[in-house]
Amino acid sequence: MSAQISVKVEFGGGLELLFDNQRSHRVSVPVRVAATPAEKKSLKDDTGAAEGEGRQADVAYLILWLRDNLLKERAELFVENGTVRPGILVLVNDTDWELEGEGDYQLKDGDEIVFISTLHGG
Amino acid sequence: MTSPHPHLGIRDLLQTIMPPRLCALCHDARAILKRPKTGQQICKECFFWVFETEVHNTITEAKLFKPGDRVAIGASGGKDSTVLAHVMKTLNDRYEYGLELFLLSIDEGITGYRDDSLETVKRNQQQYDMPLKILSYDELYGWTMDAIVSQIGKKNNCTFCGVFRRQALDRGAASLHVDHIVTGHNADDIAETVLMNIMRGDIARLGRCTLICTQGEDTIKRSKPFKYAYEKEIVMYAYFKKLDYFSTECIYSPDAYRGHARAFLKDLEAARPSAIIDIIHSGEMFEVKEEVKATQKSQKTCKRCGYMSSNELCKACTLLEGLERGMAAAAVTERARKKLDAEGPAPESLRTIPFFQQSRGPHPSVALERPT
Repeated sequence: MSAQISVKVEFGGGLELLFDNQRSHRVSVPVRVAATPAEKKSLKDDTGAAEGEGRQADVAYLILWLRDNLLKERAELFVENGTVRPGILVLVNDTDWELEGEGDYQLKDGDEIVFISTLHGG
Repeated sequence: MTSPHPHLGIRDLLQTIMPPRLCALCHDARAILKRPKTGQQICKECFFWVFETEVHNTITEAKLFKPGDRVAIGASGGKDSTVLAHVMKTLNDRYEYGLELFLLSIDEGITGYRDDSLETVKRNQQQYDMPLKILSYDELYGWTMDAIVSQIGKKNNCTFCGVFRRQALDRGAASLHVDHIVTGHNADDIAETVLMNIMRGDIARLGRCTLICTQGEDTIKRSKPFKYAYEKEIVMYAYFKKLDYFSTECIYSPDAYRGHARAFLKDLEAARPSAIIDIIHSGEMFEVKEEVKATQKSQKTCKRCGYMSSNELCKACTLLEGLERGMAAAAVTERARKKLDAEGPAPESLRTIPFFQQSRGPHPSVALERPT
């Protein structure tokens, strides 16, 4: 088994409803993944690219991994065009992901990634 | 040319050598947020400060309040009204507005949705130490949304809910003898409404929907202190302040038309964050010609319940009559209304929606739930 990174994932603002109504999750993803998963439909044959190949797992990879492994219903409310749907805020270790390179942010062991929907009623 | 670290890309290198970016305002703390309005990268404390100060500036520039005003915050338990209650309390203390603040909630009677969100409002009442009034559709109209949906189905039920909620807020405010209702409508909501009114050619509403303050029932004013606040910042504010709010989609069909306007707006915002403020600005710039204004109906009062109306019967009474007589479509389409009229006059027994007289006395005419 290839090396894994463990990250904490949290959902808020109603997004948790798509993930079994559970706000907090701990997930493990491979350290290295195939080069361009965003263009694939699924990540099923994408896990564990050999050392030196592909790219390091990033938030873009995590989003699709969550869709394929953790999401329970209505994927279109979470992912659109290979990234989170417009209107979903993402924080990397309590910082706006727009300051961290968005999907290009490379995951480190122990990172905390938060997804909050702004699309639910106020 | 070969890289000294064959497995590391340029991004890996940048991530290891770049210092954390500093706040564009204090140049001291680490930035945690990119402001959609300005593109500035700012730290948590500066974010709280600019967010609150901008709302304060919106309030003072529009001269929304005067000392001694009684102000009800329309509270749903959702993110916008929860942040609004927090910010109103903060600003009222910080700048000594001298306002008496109340929480006013409407219970539409939607099991599994509003009953849960009202629990959030009740917690807010404790946290913010404000009196809370909950007014239900059942008590005002004799119908809960659950009962309405079981009669008319999920189509058009948002029409009923929207009309009933607007009137319920006004009536609740009158019963509290407040001068002013503030609601959590944010910049995104207003931009959405501008788009919808343009698409429907609704000139009257287009002119009104960008106003920060409108006059409602019995000279009660309604304002939107978050008119220029982006939804992203409201949600980030709630997140960083760890505010307690409720977020679940209404179990009855969401307003599909608004949903499309919303998705479209979010796509525009992703391409250019200023789109939201630009659309509000564009809504404000429309000028309605005098001859168009002349064709718009003048305000009168409803002959049945006394609420302001542009017809003989106000919208809520019309909807209610349709429900009571089993012809719920009556207020939704012109054709169904004619059919209802052809069936003869309204029965004598028809419910009159209770009307609360706005008086200037010091005490509300209804019992309040005081924080304990």
